[in-house]
Amino acid sequence: MSSTVPAELRYTKSHEWIRRERDGSVTVGITDHAQHALGDLVFAETPEAGRTLKVGEACAVVESVKAASDVYSPVAGIVTTGNASLADAPEKINSDPYGEGWLFRLTPADPASADGLLDAGAYARFLEETAE
Amino acid sequence: MAFIPHTADDVRAMLATIGVTDIEQLFDEIPARLRAGELHGIPPAASEMEIGRLMSERAAADGSPLNFIGAGAYEHHIPAAVWAITTRGEIYTAYTPYQAEASQGTLQTIYEFQTMIASLTGMQVSNASLYDGASALAEACLMAVRAHRRSKSSRILMPRAVHPTYRKCAAAIAGNQNLAFEEVGFEARSGQTPIEALARWEGQDVTALVIQQPNFFGVLEDVDALTDWGHRHGALVIAVVNPTSLAVLKPPGDWSEQGVDIVVGEGQPLGVPLCSGGPYVGFMTTRMEHVRQMPGRIVGRTVDLDGKPGYTLTLQAREQHIRRSKATSNICTNQGLLMTAATIYMALMGPQGLERVATASMARTAELVAALTRIKGVEAAFGGARFHEALLRLDQPVAPVLEQLARRGIAGGFDASADYPELGNALLVCATETKTSGDIAAYAAALGDTLRAARAA
Repeated sequence: MSSTVPAELRYTKSHEWIRRERDGSVTVGITDHAQHALGDLVFAETPEAGRTLKVGEACAVVESVKAASDVYSPVAGIVTTGNASLADAPEKINSDPYGEGWLFRLTPADPASADGLLDAGAYARFLEETAE
Repeated sequence: MAFIPHTADDVRAMLATIGVTDIEQLFDEIPARLRAGELHGIPPAASEMEIGRLMSERAAADGSPLNFIGAGAYEHHIPAAVWAITTRGEIYTAYTPYQAEASQGTLQTIYEFQTMIASLTGMQVSNASLYDGASALAEACLMAVRAHRRSKSSRILMPRAVHPTYRKCAAAIAGNQNLAFEEVGFEARSGQTPIEALARWEGQDVTALVIQQPNFFGVLEDVDALTDWGHRHGALVIAVVNPTSLAVLKPPGDWSEQGVDIVVGEGQPLGVPLCSGGPYVGFMTTRMEHVRQMPGRIVGRTVDLDGKPGYTLTLQAREQHIRRSKATSNICTNQGLLMTAATIYMALMGPQGLERVATASMARTAELVAALTRIKGVEAAFGGARFHEALLRLDQPVAPVLEQLARRGIAGGFDASADYPELGNALLVCATETKTSGDIAAYAAALGDTLRAARAA
């Protein structure tokens, strides 16, 4: 099963995506591949605004009928907001993982920190290499 | 007889498959100094006949004293039907039924237990039970830290009037997980936890406030004022309750304006006999908003493909068999057998029956306190309202008095002087509906004799 990997985003090997916004903040979510692997999502716990995150820190939980999984922050920074609409509609992560299903936004400690992450091509190759 | 199904050949085949020569090799990564090694002090095997005899002798040494000890475990009448039904082969198991298609009866029993406990505590959701009341409190403290995400202090305010064993157990289980337990004093004359004792935490980050009702001394706390204080200061509120008392007291779900956040307690009074301190059965309820942080199993009611009702474990994604070290708890389980007994007990008693047990126990304790405090050298430590337990103060050390009473076949109460040195010669006594006026008179006579004799000596 092939999954969508938008060209304009950056990615991590733990299947988060990150997008640079015009105001200098970044938006984080889980990839289409991740939502497929988890199955129907029933709950999402997002980090509270003001929380300081380190790179790779577990900061959100996405729970499907099968498992509850941690989401790791791709960059260091301070959380500006969590996606509150997921409380009533966690299925947005399944239906629109790169849009309505975003998890949280943060102000990165280093504006360029997302640049070192995987680009779409590298992430797509990573998915192919790790496919069973 | 060995109960291990694998033959030596099976074991060899398995080891060969994974390329290991012997089982010991699988434990190589555990440093030698951490290995238990051989067991010492274990006597040679005894025959069934020898064991039976030894156990009879040990049981006879316990005797069957007239019991006035409460302190967290209470002697109530248990209708014969409770254990006649609980030990039927169809439901006689301690285990959690993961295989829903083969366990509908057990699952429905748990569901009924959850419904009864949620209703008794006035909360929205219950789990399928925990080990006991003390470990349930430890789990509630850990749960509060997870649920209260805005609070960063992990500070739990723990009144000194909470059961000492519960406090020790919570500290032992949760203390190493960076929880800070801070003690709240009680008022010397009333035995209550006063609001003023909380003043020093005003303006600070408090994760949760624990309230026990009735408290360890049997005294009724001002639960509305305490709950209100907790919520006004941004803390979650954890209630520790005696389930029997809830037949006559306001349920924690109705304390103050919005009710408490988590309720735990010991289910032993509901049909479980006194038994060397256990096994007992803990319970836990909460509001729906915290359900994903609640440890343990939860049974839900659903419908199958044909629309017929059915029961199954639900919200399992944060449990240890799925989430491993990040589970809500890795040291809890459902206490299935005793939960079954409690469910049958509650079904047999009904709200009216439980209320009769509660009011009779209160009346017996009032009668006991009146009879004992007429004796020279005995006074009630606290005035004010109490449930079915009272703290007395003697004019001499408690331990030798209890020893003398034991010789006369009376378990005279719990010696609280070690846990509360500030209270002096403190004796905690309890009388439930099982005690008659004759029993109480017999205890009063024996205590009077004992104290007189000690003074004369």
